[in-house]
Amino acid sequence: MTKSFGSTVAVEEFDLELRDGVLLALLGPSGCGKTTALRIMAGLERADGGDLWVGNRHVQGRGAWIAPEKRRIGMVFQDWALFPHLDVWHNVAFGLPRNERSRVNEVLTMVRLERHAEHMPHELSGGQQQRVALARALAPSPQVILLDEPFSNLDATLRAKVRAEVAELLRRAGATAIFVTHDQEEALSIADEVAVMADGRILQVGAPHEVYGAPRTREVAGMIGSGNFFAGQVDGGRVLTPLGAVPSPGLADGPVDVLVRPESLQLRRSAGGGAHVVHAEFYGHDQLVRALLTEGTTIDVRLLGPRPDLSLGTQVRVELTGPVHFFRADGAVSPLCGLHVP
Amino acid sequence: MVLPIVYLVVRAAEADASSWDLILRGRTVGLAVRSIGLVVAVTCATLAIGVPLAWLTTRTDLPLRRFWAVVVALPLVIPSYVGALALMASLGPRGMVQGWLESLFGIERLPDIGGFPGAFIALTLFTYPYVYLLVAAGIKGLDPSLEEAARSLGRTPWQTFREVTLPLLRPSIAAGGLLVALYTLHDFGAVSLMRYQAFTQAIYLQYKGAFDRTPAAILSLMLIALAVVALWAERRARGRARYYKSHSGAKRPLAPLRLGRWKWPALAFCTSVALAAFAAPVGVLVFWLVRGGGDATVVAEALTAVGGSVSASALAGGLAVLAALPVALIAARHPGRVTSFTEKLSYSGYSLPGIVVALAFVFFAANFTPALYQTLPLVVIAYVVLFLPQASEPLKASLLQVGPRIEEAGRVLGKGRARVFMSLVAPLIRRGAGTGFALVFLTAMKELPATLLLRPTGFETLATRVWTSASVGLFAQAALPALLLILVCSLPLYILARRVEVQKVEVRSD
Repeated sequence: MTKSFGSTVAVEEFDLELRDGVLLALLGPSGCGKTTALRIMAGLERADGGDLWVGNRHVQGRGAWIAPEKRRIGMVFQDWALFPHLDVWHNVAFGLPRNERSRVNEVLTMVRLERHAEHMPHELSGGQQQRVALARALAPSPQVILLDEPFSNLDATLRAKVRAEVAELLRRAGATAIFVTHDQEEALSIADEVAVMADGRILQVGAPHEVYGAPRTREVAGMIGSGNFFAGQVDGGRVLTPLGAVPSPGLADGPVDVLVRPESLQLRRSAGGGAHVVHAEFYGHDQLVRALLTEGTTIDVRLLGPRPDLSLGTQVRVELTGPVHFFRADGAVSPLCGLHVP
Repeated sequence: MVLPIVYLVVRAAEADASSWDLILRGRTVGLAVRSIGLVVAVTCATLAIGVPLAWLTTRTDLPLRRFWAVVVALPLVIPSYVGALALMASLGPRGMVQGWLESLFGIERLPDIGGFPGAFIALTLFTYPYVYLLVAAGIKGLDPSLEEAARSLGRTPWQTFREVTLPLLRPSIAAGGLLVALYTLHDFGAVSLMRYQAFTQAIYLQYKGAFDRTPAAILSLMLIALAVVALWAERRARGRARYYKSHSGAKRPLAPLRLGRWKWPALAFCTSVALAAFAAPVGVLVFWLVRGGGDATVVAEALTAVGGSVSASALAGGLAVLAALPVALIAARHPGRVTSFTEKLSYSGYSLPGIVVALAFVFFAANFTPALYQTLPLVVIAYVVLFLPQASEPLKASLLQVGPRIEEAGRVLGKGRARVFMSLVAPLIRRGAGTGFALVFLTAMKELPATLLLRPTGFETLATRVWTSASVGLFAQAALPALLLILVCSLPLYILARRVEVQKVEVRSD
């Protein structure tokens, strides 16, 4: 589908297919059109072009239009949008026909709020309000649930716990769900699939380990995880990098971008190893060490456990222990993209 | 501010058996019933007009929506007594329509529009903008995702309006209803012109007609008691639930609802309201003005009255801003129990009927400060007492824009207290003072009963001119000052509407 506001293109070349029961994260920087895409799916916004199917119902496009209230698509809003004039029970019951209201207690039990049924929304904590919003969206058993930045209103300490809970609840309910986020950790940790989005386009869809481990473009690689990027040159089946020559079978000659993840490297004390330590950040379970290569490139290395031997200024050698990714420098995808695993 | 009330209480307490006798006769019960009846009827009617208008102009694809949003607020510049005048001058027994019917069919007299129907129509047509403006502001302040949530949970637009929007608007609707109720209860002009026997008219007649003014004091206290009941009812109507706006940042506006074929009835509704409440009254006044011709004395009198109105109102505006400044400074910087009490107190003056304040001033001045009795300064002081909150509210609001943290930042950045005040606080005060002055000026221009009671002999304002001519049926003479009044009131209102939202313009009975 496509959608513009005036001369600003919000969504274009947006093409996505979701299987039943999958929890998909729509990941992208703020302003990339992901919330607009979600609102088009919910029927709160009309797309300029394109088609939308839910199951075998043609919900929108080429003259078809089903109003939001008839779509059977649930939505959890960024600010949760709990009705402030209704208590928890009536919030959850809002989307249910009168004769199905027994389901309210069932859903409230599922989100562990059965004891708060008579509370007003403002009397609840942020995490509880979040669960009410989820229960309200789940109650009418929609075919798809959309969640718009559902965790951004929670403080950092609560966020990790709540998102694991929500993912668990959605899986237990067997829900098909899309949630929008700009937090890559959030997307990678709880989603079954991640759709990476930038400038209104979907760049790649795949399982979390795929988009991290096999990014299709340099843009995706740059958006997910941290990495060392170098300019490289393919020359007869090898790429010349600051870390030395790396085999690149099948790649045509020409300039490429080279990505090495910090955890794919190792540092060893070595006088005259071609590098020395210039910076270190210690996180407890691991640490990030920055080395300056003699030819002038800096490179980040993630190391497990304490390494008291690597104080500032220590002479080291940088060793490659994990995969190296190649991307054609002009941003085009395949066949020049490659992967080398030592 | 407290003084007038205390004086009324003292005065009422002095009442002897005969005054009480006068009060307790069936007449007073009748007064109360008529006042309450009018208040209830007008409030319900204004809600029925104002709420749909607010919804149509904010949430639908009504053609020319912005145009209607302004046009249906215009009756705000027409004081109720001018509205009543226009009504009598058109549909009254010897009005414009009767004139046409006479030339066509020889009908010499139409049934009297006075009494309840006249007062009801005049007050409804010229007070519904208060409901409209408050509810429209309430709708704009609603979190749009609440309505979207209702849609995604299977509610049609109409069900969403009924089950989500309307309950959330309860505070706005209650506030609008309260404004209209107080306006109607305190209104003197329209009620008197229509000869509808409500409290204000009875107080005035009692004051004018009798030597013993104690019964007027007792009636005044009863009127205040009714206002308190209205305030209590508004509290109840707000409901139990706490309404809060959620905390997220930028809000996208809701997609307007498509009216489809309902567009035509909606347009017809807006058009007929605008015609009845603005175009028709102005047209009728112009008709009488043209018909009455340019009588030189009428023109001269009207111009003198413009001078009187403008000078008294401008003085009141300036004085009110000066008086409000310390209150606003303290209230904005030290919000505490004491200040909120003083604020409430100044609001209590606001909810006092003009006729009651005027009466208290008459008593007080006649007994203690005879030098002030029937002088321009007393009129101006009464205006200030009546309209002080209108000056202090915008001042406080503008001062609150810069929190104490910002002033502290200015200090930390090395500027002295005086320089911080001059560079940060003074510009704000100037802006707030301008708004406050315009508001007080506007309402003082329209004020009628206090001016009637307190003015020096021979002092005329546009309001008193309109009233004097209209009360004896001289429509042609009343038309010019009435039109001038609408014109002079429109200017500050236009400036205000561009500056602050129009809903800040609050009620004052005429």
